Amino acid sequence: MKTRVAIIGAGISGASIARVLSKYENLEVHLIEKNADVGWGVSKANTALIHGGYDDDPEKYPVRAKLCIKGNRLWHEWVKELEIPHIWNGALIVALRDEDFKELEELLERGRKNGVPEMRIVDKEELFHLEPNLNPEALGGLWVPIVGQIGPIPAVIAIVENAVANGVKLHLETEVRGIKVEGGEVKGVETNNGFIEADIIINAAGLYADEISRMVGVEDFEIHPRKGEYWIFDDDIPGPRRVLFPTPTPKSKGVVVTTEISGHLMIGPNAQDLPKEEKENLATTREGLEEVWKKAKELWPNLPPRSKVIRTFAGLRPEPTGGDFIIRAEKEVWGFINVAGIRSPGLTSAPAIAYEVRDIIKRDLGIKLVEKKKWNPYRKDITHFFMLSKEKANELVKQNPSYGKIVCKCNHVSEGDILEAIERMKLIGVKTPSIDSIKVRTKATSGTCQGSFCRVRIARILAREYGVDLWNVTLKGKGSEIGIGDVKVLLRGDVE
Amino acid sequence: MYDTIIIGGGPAGLAAAVKAKKLGLKVLLLDENEFLGGILPQCIHPGFGLHYFKEELTGPEFAHRFIREINELNIEHYTNAYVLEIENYSDLEKKVVFSSPEGVKEVWGKTIIYAAGARERHAFEIGIVGDRVAGIYTAGEAQTLMDIYGVMPGKEVVIVGSGDVGLIMARRFALEGAKVKAVIELMPYPGGLARNVMILRDFEIPLYLSHKVVEVRGRKRVEKVKVVKVDENLKEIPGSEFWIECDTLLISAGLIPNVKLLKKIGAQIDPLNGGPIVNEFLETTIPGIFVAGNALLINDLVDYVAEQGELAALGAKEFIENQGILSRKWIELKRGSNVRILAPHYISGERDVYIYARVSRPMENVRVTFPEIEKELRLPVVKPSEMLRIKLKAEEIQKAEEEITMEVGKGEV
Ligand SMILES: Cc1cc2nc3c(=O)[nH]c(=O)nc-3n(C[C@H](O)[C@H](O)[C@H](O)COP(=O)(O)OP(=O)(O)OC[C@H]3O[C@@H](n4cnc5c(N)ncnc54)[C@H](O)[C@@H]3O)c2cc1C
Repeated sequence: MKTRVAIIGAGISGASIARVLSKYENLEVHLIEKNADVGWGVSKANTALIHGGYDDDPEKYPVRAKLCIKGNRLWHEWVKELEIPHIWNGALIVALRDEDFKELEELLERGRKNGVPEMRIVDKEELFHLEPNLNPEALGGLWVPIVGQIGPIPAVIAIVENAVANGVKLHLETEVRGIKVEGGEVKGVETNNGFIEADIIINAAGLYADEISRMVGVEDFEIHPRKGEYWIFDDDIPGPRRVLFPTPTPKSKGVVVTTEISGHLMIGPNAQDLPKEEKENLATTREGLEEVWKKAKELWPNLPPRSKVIRTFAGLRPEPTGGDFIIRAEKEVWGFINVAGIRSPGLTSAPAIAYEVRDIIKRDLGIKLVEKKKWNPYRKDITHFFMLSKEKANELVKQNPSYGKIVCKCNHVSEGDILEAIERMKLIGVKTPSIDSIKVRTKATSGTCQGSFCRVRIARILAREYGVDLWNVTLKGKGSEIGIGDVKVLLRGDVE
Repeated sequence: MYDTIIIGGGPAGLAAAVKAKKLGLKVLLLDENEFLGGILPQCIHPGFGLHYFKEELTGPEFAHRFIREINELNIEHYTNAYVLEIENYSDLEKKVVFSSPEGVKEVWGKTIIYAAGARERHAFEIGIVGDRVAGIYTAGEAQTLMDIYGVMPGKEVVIVGSGDVGLIMARRFALEGAKVKAVIELMPYPGGLARNVMILRDFEIPLYLSHKVVEVRGRKRVEKVKVVKVDENLKEIPGSEFWIECDTLLISAGLIPNVKLLKKIGAQIDPLNGGPIVNEFLETTIPGIFVAGNALLINDLVDYVAEQGELAALGAKEFIENQGILSRKWIELKRGSNVRILAPHYISGERDVYIYARVSRPMENVRVTFPEIEKELRLPVVKPSEMLRIKLKAEEIQKAEEEITMEVGKGEV
């Protein structure tokens, strides 16, 4: 008999847990997600950093301190196994005032305790050697070579694809609305798509983890949204080589200046606490963006003119009561495991969180895990035309002419890339065609013109491949269709 | 080896191809779309070709006349051909790398006519904040959806920008039964041609001058937009905000010449035009690379675009015959008061030239002067929306030493 596991939430946490649990013969893993595709929660909008594990105080936040550095080390493996876009370019925490060095010394000390021996304080000369275009007034910094960046949604997608290939069942557009508990044991989850039986339920619901926990009566924590906003610039604007941090404050690691992996200068985030009810409030604000601009300028005085901005966006951190990650099997309800309050550095920690959950299943639920003989750790990325040599491109075009048709001009994404993305979407079970699903898999629509040329072309390909009317293709799932019908729909009175 | 490789099959590229072929050049025309014509096939309204063909055509009709000639003249062309790279080996050897369903190909030309058009400014570039939801389109994107693929984007529309594209889309939506709730214009005057501004009256669409859209809110799709009034310095007036409910926001906030490929190989760009610096044959600062149409500067009339294409073709011929565009000296054309954009930038005085210019602000009873050559003309009105096209004769230009300034001022002294 297999133990049935239901994981709620296909963000970076849920996906990583699914992958790790897919290694075991005697588990049947179900990954449940309310959105139309994976990775559209907190994991969608963040700074995308694999942090260095030096700044979480092990006294105050022991779980974060332990899992962050462990996660960093695991990512170095996972990005290779799963072909996740990444760069290990290191970070500089910059001192602008003499007082800042005291804080840097403390970070260095904390880093040593947390298991990060690679860091060191650098003087002005070395600082500018590592980052020539920094604010000339900078005095020195803390150099953390193990910091890197990944594509966060591509990471979720890669992990889910690999998990599905290893037997995990993904349920998309499936919202958990209740949890059945009998005799102090979980029995399964109630969803809009019916009941899913489970012996173990793992709550990895991001911003909604408190609400899911409440479904089984565990109510000792709350999740508050804390908004962070960002600016992204056109790809011809030079950005830094390293990830640049200011010296941190108690509340946040500060506004980062970085060149994100697709080559765009990005600045952000700030930190604004929102009321508990505003878990869907992803709107950017004037005030927030201005704050980010001002702070980024302290590190990077040469910010380009505003006309070079190609996108602004906001993300919500799930801030838990107490501030530390809440990862535990709940004693009152056998089989219920909370993975809650996975705020920053949750992306970094995710692989370590997954192993932690596996250990909880073994240790606290007493389930013996039997490893699969044939577990496949590898996953291949889709083709990206912009990364191909001319020879390789021609080889592909010969087999399939659609690789020669450029759809997204700004990022050189071909129709062949898009068709592969659609094939992968169908493989994991994406039912509603959306432009965003293509965007995060191929980078189409994320360049200079932000899709004003290629959105329609992509929609046509999606409509054709999914067999739906063009206007029913969505931007980001149901309710965000790109049109309301054919051009005569209003005159005919089909729409009220 | 081609004599000229034309990048872009819109009106500028089509006109250039036809002209170059008629001048006896060996021509290759490349376009990334599935069909030739550039944006013309989606412009189903009239207003095209009055100067060029002396009759009023729609966009598809205008394009069709050229495409017919392309076929009749057997001009070699590819569609679905996206240029990835240009390389400038020497003055008479240029490589163009393009991707197509037949593979990634390299072709060589003595000259290049770059006619790749423009792109539209989008919501993020004009500082709109709020939710990133469905229902936000650039005007051209909505036009493509409606007039090529027959999709209705939405039913309650707010349009940002009163340029020609915005106004024409206002009419387009109204004709299909949508409610156009407002056209919002930042400047104190409308941005489009007078005949297009009339559309607003015809369809009773409110126009808010000196206003801007600053925020979008909605859950999955646009639900409302926030509008604020601005003062004469374009600064927002606190307390003047109001919301308009709508499901669609159309951004028609201007075009930007599409010059990334040219920039990459070092062509010098005029920051005010957005397009390259050119001489009287529309040659960029890279010898043998010419530019025409909206990639040069944003035009209001397709007729001028076609004219520029033809001029670039003449330039290509001249370049090949003389191994370069030769001139003993170049006289610089300079912007004086109330001249915002201007091209060409350098002229020789060896032939007559047309100069294209736009003013920064509207003015009535106007004197256009070129003090260095003592030329003056009078115009009843000038507007930023209407490009000025002025002929300078060779003998007039020759009067100048080093530069000629164009000034636009009040008529009375
Ligand atoms: C502004 C910002 C910056 C950050 N920067 C970094 C960084 O640089 N480095 C770093 O390591 N971390 C960073 N983080 C933190 C990191 O993004 C998060 O810790 C991580 O993404 C959390 O992932 P998750 O899987 O726990 O949550 P999510 O990604 O939110 O996944 C939860 C999923 O559960 C689904 N769900 C919720 N309720 C239900 C239900 N009832 N039924 C079914 N499905 C449901 C949601 O739709 C969602 O997909 C940042 C976060 C923010 C907001």
